[in-house]
Order: sequence, then C-alpha cells, then structure tokens
Amino acid sequence: MSLRIDARAQLLSVAAAALALAFVSGCSTMSQVGGVVGQATGVMNADQAEALNKSALAIEKTFQDITPEQEYYIGRAVAATVLVTYKPFDREQANAYLNLIGQTAVQFSAKPETFGGYHFLLLETDEVNAFAAPGGLILVSRGMVRCCKTEDELAAVLAHEISHVDHQHGLKAIRKGRLTSALTTLGAAAGSSLAGGQLAEVTKAFEGSISDITSTMMNSGYSRTTEFEADKGAVVIMKKMGYNPAALVTMLERMQVQLKADNKGFGKTHPAPEVRIAELKKTIGTETQPEASPVRQERFQKSLGGV
Amino acid sequence: MKRQSKRWLGLGLIVMIGTTLVAGPVTMSVQVKSGQVLATPSFLGKVVTRVNYGDRLQVLEQQGDWSKVTLADGQGGWMHNSALSKKKIAMKAGSQDAQTGASGDELALAGKGFSSDVEADFKTKNRDVDFTWVDKMEKIKVPPESMQQFLKDGGIQPVEGGKR
Repeated sequence: MSLRIDARAQLLSVAAAALALAFVSGCSTMSQVGGVVGQATGVMNADQAEALNKSALAIEKTFQDITPEQEYYIGRAVAATVLVTYKPFDREQANAYLNLIGQTAVQFSAKPETFGGYHFLLLETDEVNAFAAPGGLILVSRGMVRCCKTEDELAAVLAHEISHVDHQHGLKAIRKGRLTSALTTLGAAAGSSLAGGQLAEVTKAFEGSISDITSTMMNSGYSRTTEFEADKGAVVIMKKMGYNPAALVTMLERMQVQLKADNKGFGKTHPAPEVRIAELKKTIGTETQPEASPVRQERFQKSLGGV
Repeated sequence: MKRQSKRWLGLGLIVMIGTTLVAGPVTMSVQVKSGQVLATPSFLGKVVTRVNYGDRLQVLEQQGDWSKVTLADGQGGWMHNSALSKKKIAMKAGSQDAQTGASGDELALAGKGFSSDVEADFKTKNRDVDFTWVDKMEKIKVPPESMQQFLKDGGIQPVEGGKR
C-alpha cells in the first residue's frame, strides 16, 4: 500500500517538474505539458494525451500567426484609442466621399478582403496626420486633407495608408514577447472558454499590444524603410487603379511647406517629405502630374471644400 | 511583325500561367466576417451571394488573385483569395475539432485569443476609450456599383487588379 502511494507521489513530482520546466523554458514546451502531466498522473491514456498536446499546439500556432479576426479586434481598439486624442470630424458628405475613394482604392491592393473590411474617417485636428489601424480602419486629419488639392492627391494619401495595413506594419510594432503570457494562458485553457483570471491575462497582453501600436503610430513613428515600403505600395495601388502616381509627389511637396515649423503629426513621425520624394522618384521616375480632371475636381471640391 | 508575334506569344503565356486549374476541388474556409461571391473575377462584377465567417466551400479553379468557388447549396462564383483560408475554422472553442487534435496549420479557432470577450474586458478597464465612432465608421460600406460609377464618372481606367 505504502509502495503504491510512493509510486503515485513520485509520478506527481514528475508531473510537477514537467510543469515547472514548461514555465521556465517557455511556450513550445507549454503546448506539450498537458500530455506529460496527464500521462504521468495516470489521468489519461497516451492517445488522449496526444490529442491534448495537438489541441494546445493548435491554439498556440493560431495565436502566433494572428488571424484576420484577431487583427480586426486589435484594429478596433487601436482606432478607438487614437480617437481619445483626436476627435472625429462629423461631416457625413465628406466622410462618404473619403470612403468612396478609399474603399475603391482598396480593391487594387494586394489583400483587399480583411475580416471587417476597410473604413475611413476624418479627424477634426489641423495637425497633418493619418493613422492606419490593423485590419483597415483608417483615420485622416483635416490638416492632411488640406495638403491635397486634387482627388488624385487624396487617393495617394489613402493608398499610402492602405499599404501600411497590407504590410501589417501596425502588427509588426507589437513588442516581441508581448504575446507569450497570453499564449501560456490560452494553452492552459485548451478547448474551453477563458475563466476570469485567464481573461484578465489575455486582456493585459491585448492592452500592451494596443499601446505598442498606438505609441509607434502617434509618437515614435515607423522606420524610414517602413514608410518607403508604404510609399512604394501606394504607387502600385495608384497605377493599378488608373491614377497617376506622381500625385503622391505633388502632395508631398505641398506637405513640405505645410510641415515647416511644425513638429507635430507627420513632422514628428515620418521622414521629411523631400526624403520621401527622392526615394519615390527612384520608382516612378520624373513622371509629372497631368491637368486635373474637371469632374474629379468638382466632386473633390463639393465634398471636401472648406474642410 | 516578328516582334508582334512574340508579344502575342508572351500574352498567351501570361494567360496560361494566370489560370491554374486546381487538381480536384479543394475545400477552403471564409476568413472574413462577410464575404462576397461575385459573378466575375473582379470587384466590379455583380454580387451573386454573400458568405459568412467559417463557411466551407469548394475551390475549383484559380485565376491570379481569384478563386472560382462552389457553395454547399450549389451556388457558385468568384472570391478574392484574401477572403479565403486553407484552415478549417472552428466556430466554438469547445468544439470537436479543438478537442480532438487538428494541428494549428489545419485549424483556427474563432473567438480565441483577441476576441469580442477580450474587447469587452478591455472596455470595462479603459472607460475613457470610446468605441462609438469605430462602430459608426464600420457601417460605412461602399457597394460595388458605386465604385464602378465613381471610376466611370471620373474617367479613371483601372489597368489591372480589379479588372482581372
């Protein structure tokens, strides 16, 4: 009898050791811990243990490559957080026109279908700024719209933001290791709903991720390479759609004037317009912007004149 | 003349490479909240029907960024590849698939990780973050006909992509 108890105690200590090892050595071990513990304590057979291991692994991988659904929830919270600082510009006609250009431009991007789709909104501020939240929620300031004198130039601004979403630049700003704690929690809750404490852990990782993205977008800015990548992507979208990509250059030239003596918004977070222009010219050459189309100019003025 | 025929040969090759016949139908899942099935492989085409997150459908053929699909009810049309996933999407965390061990490469769990539950918890902990305008902006949807009209009226002629 005492021998059986000893054997069982030994198995439990093996299980405990396995658990401890899992916590020390990180997530890849965590996915297998259910199986190791279960088998060691004799609670489940080898097949059941294998199934649990696979299930934990399924969740682990799901979380590692963030699904479109998760990207959507991150994007919603990022946009809502930006809207704490910058108030929306509540003019229906202007926002409808912005969406007409933007959502049409999206169809010419590499990944036009996101979980919740692309949506655009103007921000009240005079600051020259624009934000692309993951999943396709794009916020553009009145100050940024004022840098655009034609529909083509506004299309170029939106194409640049769409390109940020396409390349998942926002998600890439999440600090490495941020998701590890949430991953451990999810592994432990394999196949069931999250209990209170576990939910709090995942929410903490969520809050951290939102903070990483918004502080990058609003304060530190992306790297120059990232911005050049978004500009290049914008040129591709413009060309496919049928706009002249030189509109991005003329918009940047105007922005350069606008940004002088202003170290807010794009002045703080983006490479100087002249640097972006020099880089862009490597891609589009010296192509010049043709005369603005009268129809386009009229609808641009009608919807955004006075913004 | 020689140059011309070379050009046609090149174009023919592009068309051949652009169309891929899938060896037997492949089952895929809709990975967006609401996906549209179109009459032609173009966003400017007519919407045949809509499909929901997690719906399974058969892919018969691929043309560039587009897949020709058949739904369970027999309806068919074209969907953009970015709306589709090879993974099966288990809609409930406790579902059979989640418990009996499909691997992460084969299975995605809807509502897992950062989900509506997490957003709700985030909202209670961050009362100053207001989602009202996020919900409002998500309601602004431009139908394909309006996009088509917008391009036409403005004399904007797509080069490729949307027209494929």
